[in-house]
Amino acid sequence: MKSSSTVLPGFRLTLAFTILYLLVIVLIPLAGLFVRSATLSADEFIAAVSAPRVMASYRVTFLAAFAAALINAVFGFLIAWVLVRYKFAGKKLCDTLIDLPFALPTAVAGIAMAALYAPDGWIGKYLAMMGLQIAFNPYGIVVVLAFVSLPFVVRTLQPVLQDLDKDIEEAALGLGATRAQTFWRVLLPHVAPAWITGVTMALARALGEYGSVIFIAGNLPMVSEIVPVIIVSKLEQYDYAGATAVALVMLLASFALLLLVNVLQGWSARRMRA
Amino acid sequence: MNASLKKQLTEPLWLRVVLITLTFLFLAALVGLPIVIVIIEAFSKGWGAYRDALTQPDVISALKLTLLVAAIAVPLNVVFGLAASWAIAKFEFRGKQLLITLIDLPFSVSPVISGLVYILLFGAHSMMGDWLIRHDIQIIFAVPGLVLATIFVTFPFVARELIPLMQEQGVEQEEAAVLLGANGWQTFRRVTLPNIKWGLLYGVLLCNARAMGEFGAVSVVSGHIKGETTTIPLYVEILYNEYNFVAAFAVASLLLLLGFVTLAAKKIVSRQERGQHGH
Repeated sequence: MKSSSTVLPGFRLTLAFTILYLLVIVLIPLAGLFVRSATLSADEFIAAVSAPRVMASYRVTFLAAFAAALINAVFGFLIAWVLVRYKFAGKKLCDTLIDLPFALPTAVAGIAMAALYAPDGWIGKYLAMMGLQIAFNPYGIVVVLAFVSLPFVVRTLQPVLQDLDKDIEEAALGLGATRAQTFWRVLLPHVAPAWITGVTMALARALGEYGSVIFIAGNLPMVSEIVPVIIVSKLEQYDYAGATAVALVMLLASFALLLLVNVLQGWSARRMRA
Repeated sequence: MNASLKKQLTEPLWLRVVLITLTFLFLAALVGLPIVIVIIEAFSKGWGAYRDALTQPDVISALKLTLLVAAIAVPLNVVFGLAASWAIAKFEFRGKQLLITLIDLPFSVSPVISGLVYILLFGAHSMMGDWLIRHDIQIIFAVPGLVLATIFVTFPFVARELIPLMQEQGVEQEEAAVLLGANGWQTFRRVTLPNIKWGLLYGVLLCNARAMGEFGAVSVVSGHIKGETTTIPLYVEILYNEYNFVAAFAVASLLLLLGFVTLAAKKIVSRQERGQHGH
Protein backbone atom coordinates (compact mmCIF):
# COMPACT_ATOMS: atom_id res chain seq x y z
CA MET A 1 0.00 0.00 0.00
CA LYS A 2 2.81 2.37 0.90
CA SER A 3 4.69 3.50 -2.14
CA SER A 4 7.09 6.23 -1.06
CA SER A 5 10.29 5.36 0.72
CA THR A 6 10.09 7.79 3.60
CA VAL A 7 11.84 7.07 6.87
CA LEU A 8 9.01 8.52 8.94
CA PRO A 9 7.30 6.19 11.40
CA GLY A 10 3.66 5.90 12.35
CA PHE A 11 2.05 5.30 8.97
CA ARG A 12 0.30 2.04 9.83
CA LEU A 13 -0.82 3.23 13.25
CA THR A 14 -2.25 6.58 12.13
CA LEU A 15 -3.88 5.21 8.98
CA ALA A 16 -5.43 2.29 10.87
CA PHE A 17 -6.81 4.66 13.52
CA THR A 18 -8.11 7.06 10.86
CA ILE A 19 -9.96 4.33 9.02
CA LEU A 20 -11.31 2.71 12.18
CA TYR A 21 -12.62 6.03 13.56
CA LEU A 22 -14.12 6.92 10.17
CA LEU A 23 -15.88 3.55 10.04
CA VAL A 24 -17.25 3.69 13.58
CA ILE A 25 -18.38 7.32 13.62
CA VAL A 26 -19.42 7.97 10.02
CA LEU A 27 -19.53 5.06 7.60
CA ILE A 28 -21.24 2.33 9.65
CA PRO A 29 -23.95 4.70 10.97
CA LEU A 30 -24.60 5.98 7.44
CA ALA A 31 -24.69 2.41 6.12
CA GLY A 32 -27.34 1.71 8.76
CA LEU A 33 -29.56 4.20 6.94
CA PHE A 34 -29.30 2.17 3.73
CA VAL A 35 -29.85 -1.12 5.58
CA ARG A 36 -32.90 0.21 7.38
CA SER A 37 -34.44 1.53 4.14
CA ALA A 38 -33.96 -1.89 2.59
CA THR A 39 -36.43 -3.34 5.10
CA LEU A 40 -39.17 -1.42 3.30
CA SER A 41 -40.71 -2.95 0.16
CA ALA A 42 -40.32 -0.92 -3.03
CA ASP A 43 -43.98 0.12 -2.88
CA GLU A 44 -43.74 1.19 0.75
CA PHE A 45 -40.56 3.12 0.03
CA ILE A 46 -42.10 4.95 -2.92
CA ALA A 47 -45.26 5.69 -0.95
CA ALA A 48 -43.18 7.12 1.91
CA VAL A 49 -40.98 9.35 -0.23
CA SER A 50 -43.69 10.56 -2.62
CA ALA A 51 -46.57 11.42 -0.28
CA PRO A 52 -47.99 14.86 -1.18
CA ARG A 53 -46.76 16.48 2.03
CA VAL A 54 -43.26 15.08 1.44
CA MET A 55 -43.26 16.16 -2.20
CA ALA A 56 -44.27 19.67 -1.12
CA SER A 57 -41.35 19.71 1.34
CA TYR A 58 -38.84 18.79 -1.39
CA ARG A 59 -40.14 21.69 -3.41
CA VAL A 60 -40.00 24.20 -0.54
CA THR A 61 -36.54 23.03 0.57
CA PHE A 62 -35.01 23.06 -2.87
CA LEU A 63 -36.54 26.34 -4.04
CA ALA A 64 -35.62 28.15 -0.82
CA ALA A 65 -32.06 26.78 -0.84
CA PHE A 66 -31.71 27.66 -4.52
CA ALA A 67 -33.01 31.20 -3.97
CA ALA A 68 -30.61 31.66 -1.04
CA ALA A 69 -27.71 30.36 -3.15
CA LEU A 70 -28.63 32.82 -5.92
CA ILE A 71 -28.73 35.74 -3.47
CA ASN A 72 -25.28 34.73 -2.28
CA ALA A 73 -24.07 34.25 -5.85
CA VAL A 74 -24.77 37.94 -6.50
CA PHE A 75 -23.91 39.49 -3.13
CA GLY A 76 -21.11 37.03 -2.39
CA PHE A 77 -19.41 38.07 -5.61
CA LEU A 78 -19.99 41.74 -4.86
CA ILE A 79 -18.64 41.44 -1.31
CA ALA A 80 -15.59 39.41 -2.36
CA TRP A 81 -14.84 41.96 -5.09
CA VAL A 82 -15.21 44.94 -2.76
CA LEU A 83 -13.08 43.32 -0.04
CA VAL A 84 -10.27 42.36 -2.41
CA ARG A 85 -10.19 45.41 -4.68
CA TYR A 86 -11.11 48.49 -2.66
CA LYS A 87 -9.71 50.24 0.38
CA PHE A 88 -12.28 51.74 2.73
CA ALA A 89 -13.02 52.33 6.41
CA GLY A 90 -14.68 49.36 8.08
CA LYS A 91 -13.22 46.84 5.67
CA LYS A 92 -11.75 44.66 8.40
CA LEU A 93 -15.05 44.62 10.27
CA CYS A 94 -16.88 43.51 7.11
CA ASP A 95 -14.30 40.81 6.51
CA THR A 96 -14.72 39.51 10.07
CA LEU A 97 -18.53 39.59 9.93
CA ILE A 98 -18.52 37.28 6.89
CA ASP A 99 -17.45 34.39 9.16
CA LEU A 100 -20.14 34.97 11.78
CA PRO A 101 -22.58 32.47 10.22
CA PHE A 102 -19.87 29.79 10.71
CA ALA A 103 -19.31 30.79 14.32
CA LEU A 104 -22.86 31.57 15.46
CA PRO A 105 -25.05 28.62 16.51
CA THR A 106 -27.96 28.25 14.12
CA ALA A 107 -30.62 28.41 16.84
CA VAL A 108 -29.46 31.93 17.70
CA ALA A 109 -29.67 33.00 14.08
CA GLY A 110 -33.14 31.45 13.92
CA ILE A 111 -34.67 33.27 16.87
CA ALA A 112 -32.95 36.56 15.91
CA MET A 113 -34.32 36.41 12.36
CA ALA A 114 -37.75 35.40 13.59
CA ALA A 115 -37.77 38.41 15.92
CA LEU A 116 -36.61 40.77 13.15
CA TYR A 117 -39.05 39.59 10.51
CA ALA A 118 -42.13 38.88 12.65
CA PRO A 119 -45.00 41.17 11.60
CA ASP A 120 -44.26 43.40 14.62
CA GLY A 121 -40.45 43.09 14.33
CA TRP A 122 -37.98 45.80 13.29
CA ILE A 123 -37.94 44.78 9.64
CA GLY A 124 -41.24 42.90 9.52
CA LYS A 125 -43.11 46.02 10.62
CA TYR A 126 -42.02 48.00 7.56
CA LEU A 127 -42.54 45.07 5.22
CA ALA A 128 -46.04 44.65 6.63
CA MET A 129 -46.79 48.26 5.70
CA MET A 130 -45.93 47.36 2.14
CA GLY A 131 -48.15 44.28 2.41
CA LEU A 132 -45.21 41.86 2.54
CA GLN A 133 -44.82 39.05 5.01
CA ILE A 134 -41.51 37.21 5.38
CA ALA A 135 -41.86 35.29 8.65
CA PHE A 136 -43.83 32.04 8.83
CA ASN A 137 -43.73 31.42 5.09
CA PRO A 138 -41.12 30.29 2.51
CA TYR A 139 -39.57 33.79 2.19
CA GLY A 140 -38.46 33.56 5.80
CA ILE A 141 -36.69 30.31 4.98
CA VAL A 142 -34.82 32.05 2.15
CA VAL A 143 -33.62 34.80 4.51
CA VAL A 144 -32.13 32.44 7.12
CA LEU A 145 -30.64 30.16 4.47
CA ALA A 146 -28.98 33.20 2.86
CA PHE A 147 -27.49 33.93 6.29
CA VAL A 148 -26.15 30.44 7.05
CA SER A 149 -24.65 29.99 3.57
CA LEU A 150 -23.19 33.52 3.27
CA PRO A 151 -19.51 32.67 3.88
CA PHE A 152 -19.15 30.01 1.17
CA VAL A 153 -19.21 32.17 -1.95
CA VAL A 154 -17.16 35.01 -0.42
CA ARG A 155 -14.51 32.70 1.01
CA THR A 156 -14.11 30.64 -2.19
CA LEU A 157 -13.88 33.73 -4.41
CA GLN A 158 -11.59 35.88 -2.26
CA PRO A 159 -8.34 33.92 -2.76
CA VAL A 160 -9.00 33.56 -6.49
CA LEU A 161 -9.61 37.29 -6.93
CA GLN A 162 -6.55 37.97 -4.78
CA ASP A 163 -4.29 35.84 -6.95
CA LEU A 164 -5.66 37.24 -10.17
CA ASP A 165 -2.82 38.75 -12.12
CA LYS A 166 -3.30 42.44 -12.85
CA ASP A 167 -1.25 41.85 -16.00
CA ILE A 168 -4.22 40.18 -17.67
CA GLU A 169 -6.38 43.22 -17.12
CA GLU A 170 -3.61 45.53 -18.28
CA ALA A 171 -3.13 43.46 -21.39
CA ALA A 172 -6.85 43.55 -22.14
CA LEU A 173 -6.86 47.33 -21.71
CA GLY A 174 -3.75 47.67 -23.82
CA LEU A 175 -5.47 45.74 -26.59
CA GLY A 176 -8.27 48.30 -26.50
CA ALA A 177 -10.92 46.58 -24.42
CA THR A 178 -13.15 48.74 -22.24
CA ARG A 179 -13.31 48.09 -18.49
CA ALA A 180 -16.73 46.44 -18.90
CA GLN A 181 -15.45 44.20 -21.68
CA THR A 182 -12.44 43.26 -19.56
CA PHE A 183 -14.75 42.31 -16.73
CA TRP A 184 -17.15 40.21 -18.78
CA ARG A 185 -14.72 38.63 -21.20
CA VAL A 186 -11.53 38.26 -19.11
CA LEU A 187 -12.18 38.42 -15.38
CA LEU A 188 -15.49 36.61 -15.15
CA PRO A 189 -14.48 33.51 -17.13
CA HIS A 190 -11.36 33.29 -14.99
CA VAL A 191 -13.15 33.26 -11.65
CA ALA A 192 -16.26 31.40 -12.85
CA PRO A 193 -15.19 27.91 -11.68
CA ALA A 194 -14.47 29.12 -8.13
CA TRP A 195 -17.67 31.15 -8.17
CA ILE A 196 -19.82 28.21 -9.21
CA THR A 197 -18.06 25.98 -6.65
CA GLY A 198 -18.87 28.46 -3.88
CA VAL A 199 -22.50 28.72 -4.96
CA THR A 200 -22.84 24.93 -5.05
CA MET A 201 -21.33 24.66 -1.56
CA ALA A 202 -23.78 27.30 -0.35
CA LEU A 203 -26.63 25.33 -1.91
CA ALA A 204 -25.49 22.10 -0.25
CA ARG A 205 -25.28 23.79 3.14
CA ALA A 206 -28.70 25.39 2.72
CA LEU A 207 -30.41 22.15 1.69
CA GLY A 208 -29.65 20.39 4.98
CA GLU A 209 -30.14 23.31 7.37
CA TYR A 210 -32.62 22.79 10.20
CA GLY A 211 -31.86 24.74 13.39
CA SER A 212 -32.31 28.25 12.08
CA VAL A 213 -35.22 27.51 9.75
CA ILE A 214 -37.72 26.07 12.24
CA PHE A 215 -38.09 29.33 14.14
CA ILE A 216 -38.98 31.56 11.20
CA ALA A 217 -40.69 29.12 8.82
CA GLY A 218 -43.85 28.45 10.79
CA ASN A 219 -43.50 24.86 9.51
CA LEU A 220 -46.93 24.75 7.86
CA PRO A 221 -47.50 21.45 6.02
CA MET A 222 -47.56 21.89 2.22
CA VAL A 223 -46.46 25.55 2.56
CA SER A 224 -43.33 26.12 4.62
CA GLU A 225 -42.27 22.70 5.84
CA ILE A 226 -38.72 21.69 4.90
CA VAL A 227 -37.49 18.10 4.47
CA PRO A 228 -35.57 17.94 7.79
CA VAL A 229 -38.77 19.02 9.60
CA ILE A 230 -40.63 16.15 7.88
CA ILE A 231 -37.95 13.72 9.08
CA VAL A 232 -38.17 15.00 12.65
CA SER A 233 -41.99 14.87 12.71
CA LYS A 234 -41.95 11.30 11.38
CA LEU A 235 -39.50 10.39 14.15
CA GLU A 236 -41.75 11.99 16.75
CA GLN A 237 -44.60 9.76 15.51
CA TYR A 238 -42.29 6.71 15.76
CA ASP A 239 -42.47 6.28 11.97
CA TYR A 240 -38.80 5.26 11.78
CA ALA A 241 -39.11 3.56 8.40
CA GLY A 242 -40.74 6.63 6.85
CA ALA A 243 -38.17 8.98 8.38
CA THR A 244 -35.37 6.75 7.09
CA ALA A 245 -36.79 6.63 3.56
CA VAL A 246 -37.09 10.42 3.30
CA ALA A 247 -33.64 10.83 4.88
CA LEU A 248 -32.18 8.50 2.26
CA VAL A 249 -33.60 10.58 -0.59
CA MET A 250 -32.11 13.69 0.99
CA LEU A 251 -28.77 12.01 1.63
CA LEU A 252 -28.50 10.89 -2.00
CA ALA A 253 -29.29 14.44 -3.16
CA SER A 254 -26.50 15.77 -0.88
CA PHE A 255 -24.04 13.18 -2.18
CA ALA A 256 -24.86 14.16 -5.75
CA LEU A 257 -24.09 17.79 -4.85
CA LEU A 258 -20.87 16.76 -3.09
CA LEU A 259 -19.78 14.92 -6.23
CA LEU A 260 -20.58 18.03 -8.27
CA VAL A 261 -18.50 20.19 -5.90
CA ASN A 262 -15.56 17.80 -6.29
CA VAL A 263 -15.79 17.88 -10.08
CA LEU A 264 -16.07 21.68 -10.04
CA GLN A 265 -13.08 22.03 -7.73
CA GLY A 266 -11.02 19.89 -10.09
CA TRP A 267 -12.09 22.16 -12.94
CA SER A 268 -11.29 25.24 -10.88
CA ALA A 269 -7.83 23.94 -9.95
CA ARG A 270 -7.04 23.18 -13.60
CA ARG A 271 -8.22 26.67 -14.55
CA MET A 272 -5.96 28.23 -11.93
CA ARG A 273 -2.93 26.35 -13.22
CA ALA A 274 -3.67 27.14 -16.85
CA MET B 1 2.40 52.51 -15.48
CA ASN B 2 0.92 55.88 -16.36
CA ALA B 3 -1.86 57.41 -14.29
CA SER B 4 -4.63 57.15 -16.88
CA LEU B 5 -4.00 53.45 -17.40
CA LYS B 6 -4.02 52.88 -13.65
CA LYS B 7 -7.32 54.70 -13.43
CA GLN B 8 -8.81 52.48 -16.08
CA LEU B 9 -7.84 49.40 -14.07
CA THR B 10 -10.37 50.20 -11.39
CA GLU B 11 -13.98 51.28 -11.41
CA PRO B 12 -15.05 54.93 -11.48
CA LEU B 13 -15.48 56.51 -8.06
CA TRP B 14 -19.28 56.57 -8.14
CA LEU B 15 -19.42 52.85 -8.89
CA ARG B 16 -16.96 52.02 -6.11
CA VAL B 17 -19.07 54.04 -3.65
CA VAL B 18 -22.24 52.25 -4.79
CA LEU B 19 -20.65 48.80 -4.45
CA ILE B 20 -19.16 49.51 -1.02
CA THR B 21 -22.50 50.92 0.18
CA LEU B 22 -24.31 47.81 -1.03
CA THR B 23 -21.81 45.63 0.84
CA PHE B 24 -22.41 47.57 4.05
CA LEU B 25 -26.20 47.48 3.68
CA PHE B 26 -26.29 43.77 2.88
CA LEU B 27 -24.01 42.81 5.77
CA ALA B 28 -25.80 45.15 8.18
CA ALA B 29 -29.21 43.67 7.34
CA LEU B 30 -28.16 40.03 7.18
CA VAL B 31 -25.48 39.83 9.90
CA GLY B 32 -25.46 43.07 11.90
CA LEU B 33 -29.14 43.33 12.82
CA PRO B 34 -29.40 39.75 14.16
CA ILE B 35 -26.47 40.47 16.51
CA VAL B 36 -28.02 43.70 17.70
CA ILE B 37 -31.47 42.24 18.29
CA VAL B 38 -30.12 39.35 20.39
CA ILE B 39 -28.41 41.82 22.72
CA ILE B 40 -31.35 44.22 22.87
CA GLU B 41 -33.95 41.51 23.49
CA ALA B 42 -31.75 39.86 26.13
CA PHE B 43 -31.55 43.10 28.13
CA SER B 44 -35.07 44.35 27.30
CA LYS B 45 -36.25 43.76 30.88
CA GLY B 46 -33.05 45.05 32.41
CA TRP B 47 -29.89 43.61 33.89
CA GLY B 48 -31.73 41.91 36.77
CA ALA B 49 -33.99 39.88 34.47
CA TYR B 50 -30.96 38.97 32.36
CA ARG B 51 -29.07 37.71 35.39
CA ASP B 52 -32.10 35.84 36.69
CA ALA B 53 -32.57 34.11 33.34
CA LEU B 54 -28.96 32.93 33.32
CA THR B 55 -28.88 31.68 36.91
CA GLN B 56 -31.85 29.29 36.61
CA PRO B 57 -30.81 25.76 37.66
CA ASP B 58 -31.89 24.37 34.27
CA VAL B 59 -29.64 26.86 32.48
CA ILE B 60 -26.71 25.95 34.71
CA SER B 61 -27.21 22.24 34.06
CA ALA B 62 -27.61 22.87 30.30
CA LEU B 63 -24.36 24.83 30.40
CA LYS B 64 -22.58 22.01 32.22
CA LEU B 65 -23.93 19.45 29.74
CA THR B 66 -22.82 21.55 26.76
CA LEU B 67 -19.32 21.87 28.22
CA LEU B 68 -19.21 18.14 28.99
CA VAL B 69 -20.26 17.14 25.46
CA ALA B 70 -17.70 19.48 23.89
CA ALA B 71 -15.02 18.30 26.33
CA ILE B 72 -15.44 14.74 25.06
CA ALA B 73 -16.16 15.36 21.37
CA VAL B 74 -13.47 17.95 20.64
CA PRO B 75 -10.42 16.05 22.01
CA LEU B 76 -11.48 12.88 20.18
CA ASN B 77 -11.74 14.78 16.91
CA VAL B 78 -8.37 16.43 17.58
CA VAL B 79 -6.70 13.02 17.99
CA PHE B 80 -8.43 11.86 14.83
CA GLY B 81 -7.44 15.03 12.94
CA LEU B 82 -3.79 14.66 13.92
CA ALA B 83 -3.70 10.95 12.98
CA ALA B 84 -5.52 11.49 9.69
CA SER B 85 -3.37 14.44 8.62
CA TRP B 86 -0.14 12.62 9.56
CA ALA B 87 -1.09 9.59 7.46
CA ILE B 88 -2.41 11.66 4.55
CA ALA B 89 0.17 14.45 4.42
CA LYS B 90 3.36 12.54 5.19
CA PHE B 91 2.81 9.34 3.19
CA GLU B 92 1.73 8.28 -0.28
CA PHE B 93 -0.85 5.54 -0.63
CA ARG B 94 -3.62 4.42 -2.95
CA GLY B 95 -7.11 5.68 -2.18
CA LYS B 96 -5.87 8.85 -0.49
CA GLN B 97 -8.22 11.13 -2.43
CA LEU B 98 -11.16 8.89 -1.54
CA LEU B 99 -10.18 9.01 2.13
CA ILE B 100 -10.09 12.82 2.06
CA THR B 101 -13.55 12.92 0.45
CA LEU B 102 -14.93 10.50 3.07
CA ILE B 103 -13.52 12.62 5.90
CA ASP B 104 -15.45 15.61 4.51
CA LEU B 105 -18.65 13.58 4.21
CA PRO B 106 -20.29 14.72 7.50
CA PHE B 107 -20.32 18.30 6.16
CA SER B 108 -22.71 17.33 3.39
CA VAL B 109 -25.08 15.36 5.62
CA SER B 110 -28.04 17.28 7.06
CA PRO B 111 -27.66 17.62 10.86
CA VAL B 112 -31.03 15.94 11.33
CA ILE B 113 -29.77 12.87 9.45
CA SER B 114 -26.57 12.92 11.56
CA GLY B 115 -28.76 12.35 14.60
CA LEU B 116 -31.13 9.93 12.87
CA VAL B 117 -28.38 7.45 11.98
CA TYR B 118 -27.58 6.94 15.67
CA ILE B 119 -31.25 6.41 16.51
CA LEU B 120 -31.33 3.70 13.85
CA LEU B 121 -28.23 2.09 15.41
CA PHE B 122 -28.90 2.48 19.13
CA GLY B 123 -32.57 3.48 19.56
CA ALA B 124 -35.22 1.29 21.21
CA HIS B 125 -36.41 -0.07 17.84
CA SER B 126 -32.94 -0.47 16.41
CA MET B 127 -30.68 -3.33 15.51
CA MET B 128 -28.87 -3.09 18.84
CA GLY B 129 -31.85 -1.78 20.82
CA ASP B 130 -32.85 -5.04 22.57
CA TRP B 131 -29.31 -5.84 23.62
CA LEU B 132 -28.79 -2.31 24.97
CA ILE B 133 -32.06 -2.41 26.93
CA ARG B 134 -31.20 -5.84 28.44
CA HIS B 135 -27.88 -4.49 29.61
CA ASP B 136 -29.44 -1.27 30.83
CA ILE B 137 -27.30 0.92 28.59
CA GLN B 138 -28.97 4.06 27.33
CA ILE B 139 -27.40 5.89 24.41
CA ILE B 140 -30.31 7.63 22.69
CA PHE B 141 -32.10 10.31 24.74
CA ALA B 142 -29.00 10.32 26.99
CA VAL B 143 -25.55 11.88 27.12
CA PRO B 144 -23.75 9.24 24.96
CA GLY B 145 -26.14 9.97 22.08
CA LEU B 146 -25.50 13.71 22.36
CA VAL B 147 -21.76 13.07 22.32
CA LEU B 148 -21.94 10.75 19.29
CA ALA B 149 -24.09 13.16 17.27
CA THR B 150 -21.73 16.02 18.16
CA ILE B 151 -18.65 14.01 17.16
CA PHE B 152 -20.33 13.26 13.82
CA VAL B 153 -21.13 16.87 12.92
CA THR B 154 -17.72 18.19 14.02
CA PHE B 155 -15.79 15.25 12.58
CA PRO B 156 -13.98 17.00 9.67
CA PHE B 157 -13.03 20.34 11.27
CA VAL B 158 -9.55 19.60 12.67
CA ALA B 159 -8.55 17.19 9.89
CA ARG B 160 -9.47 19.56 7.09
CA GLU B 161 -7.49 22.44 8.66
CA LEU B 162 -4.41 20.27 9.15
CA ILE B 163 -4.26 18.20 5.96
CA PRO B 164 -3.52 21.05 3.49
CA LEU B 165 -1.21 22.73 6.01
CA MET B 166 0.88 19.60 6.57
CA GLN B 167 0.89 18.74 2.87
CA GLU B 168 2.32 22.18 2.15
CA GLN B 169 5.06 21.69 4.73
CA GLY B 170 6.28 18.42 3.27
CA VAL B 171 8.37 15.81 5.05
CA GLU B 172 11.94 17.14 4.91
CA GLN B 173 12.13 18.54 8.43
CA GLU B 174 10.65 15.40 9.97
CA GLU B 175 12.93 13.14 7.94
CA ALA B 176 15.94 15.12 9.10
CA ALA B 177 14.83 14.73 12.71
CA VAL B 178 14.41 10.97 12.33
CA LEU B 179 17.77 10.60 10.61
CA LEU B 180 19.35 12.52 13.50
CA GLY B 181 17.96 9.88 15.85
CA ALA B 182 14.65 11.28 17.09
CA ASN B 183 11.87 8.78 17.59
CA GLY B 184 8.40 9.23 16.11
CA TRP B 185 6.85 10.93 19.12
CA GLN B 186 9.80 13.32 19.56
CA THR B 187 9.66 14.18 15.87
CA PHE B 188 5.98 14.93 16.06
CA ARG B 189 6.20 16.96 19.25
CA ARG B 190 9.37 18.94 18.52
CA VAL B 191 9.17 19.37 14.73
CA THR B 192 5.63 18.92 13.43
CA LEU B 193 3.60 20.38 16.26
CA PRO B 194 5.37 23.78 16.36
CA ASN B 195 4.80 24.07 12.61
CA ILE B 196 1.10 23.33 12.73
CA LYS B 197 0.12 24.83 16.08
CA TRP B 198 -1.81 27.82 14.74
CA GLY B 199 -3.71 25.80 12.17
CA LEU B 200 -4.44 23.20 14.84
CA LEU B 201 -5.70 25.87 17.22
CA TYR B 202 -7.99 27.29 14.55
CA GLY B 203 -9.37 23.84 13.76
CA VAL B 204 -10.00 23.22 17.46
CA LEU B 205 -11.83 26.55 17.79
CA LEU B 206 -14.12 25.88 14.83
CA CYS B 207 -14.73 22.34 16.07
CA ASN B 208 -15.53 23.66 19.53
CA ALA B 209 -17.87 26.40 18.27
CA ARG B 210 -19.86 23.86 16.29
CA ALA B 211 -19.81 21.31 19.14
CA MET B 212 -21.22 23.82 21.62
CA GLY B 213 -23.65 25.35 19.15
CA GLU B 214 -24.97 22.28 17.33
CA PHE B 215 -28.73 22.12 17.21
CA GLY B 216 -30.24 19.74 14.63
CA ALA B 217 -28.25 16.59 15.33
CA VAL B 218 -28.45 16.82 19.12
CA SER B 219 -32.11 17.81 18.94
CA VAL B 220 -32.97 14.50 17.28
CA VAL B 221 -31.15 12.32 19.86
CA SER B 222 -31.82 14.45 22.94
CA GLY B 223 -35.35 13.63 24.03
CA HIS B 224 -35.45 17.21 25.40
CA ILE B 225 -35.46 16.30 29.08
CA LYS B 226 -34.99 19.58 30.96
CA GLY B 227 -32.00 19.57 33.25
CA GLU B 228 -30.78 16.23 31.84
CA THR B 229 -30.38 16.04 28.06
CA THR B 230 -30.89 19.67 27.11
CA THR B 231 -27.84 21.51 25.83
CA ILE B 232 -27.71 25.30 25.67
CA PRO B 233 -28.95 25.60 22.05
CA LEU B 234 -31.81 23.18 22.79
CA TYR B 235 -32.68 25.15 25.89
CA VAL B 236 -32.95 28.31 23.77
CA GLU B 237 -35.60 26.55 21.70
CA ILE B 238 -37.55 25.40 24.78
CA LEU B 239 -37.60 28.93 26.24
CA TYR B 240 -38.58 30.43 22.89
CA ASN B 241 -41.44 27.98 22.43
CA GLU B 242 -42.64 28.83 25.94
CA TYR B 243 -42.80 32.48 24.81
CA ASN B 244 -40.19 33.30 27.42
CA PHE B 245 -38.39 35.57 24.97
CA VAL B 246 -36.23 37.50 27.42
CA ALA B 247 -34.78 34.28 28.82
CA ALA B 248 -34.43 32.75 25.34
CA PHE B 249 -32.41 35.73 24.11
CA ALA B 250 -30.45 35.93 27.36
CA VAL B 251 -29.32 32.32 26.95
CA ALA B 252 -28.77 32.93 23.23
CA SER B 253 -26.46 35.82 24.15
CA LEU B 254 -24.11 33.26 25.72
CA LEU B 255 -23.90 31.51 22.36
CA LEU B 256 -23.41 34.87 20.63
CA LEU B 257 -20.48 35.44 22.97
CA LEU B 258 -19.09 32.04 21.94
CA GLY B 259 -19.35 33.18 18.31
CA PHE B 260 -17.50 36.44 19.04
CA VAL B 261 -14.75 34.64 20.93
CA THR B 262 -14.34 32.24 18.01
CA LEU B 263 -14.13 35.09 15.49
CA ALA B 264 -11.66 37.04 17.63
CA ALA B 265 -9.50 33.96 18.09
CA LYS B 266 -9.58 33.37 14.35
CA LYS B 267 -8.24 36.89 13.79
CA ILE B 268 -5.39 36.31 16.24
CA VAL B 269 -4.55 32.90 14.81
CA SER B 270 -4.43 34.11 11.20
CA ARG B 271 -2.22 37.03 12.22
CA GLN B 272 0.16 34.65 14.02
CA GLU B 273 0.13 32.31 11.05
CA ARG B 274 1.10 35.11 8.68
CA GLY B 275 3.89 36.10 11.08
CA GLN B 276 5.15 32.52 11.19
CA HIS B 277 5.34 32.29 7.42
CA GLY B 278 7.23 35.56 7.36
CA HIS B 279 5.03 37.67 5.11
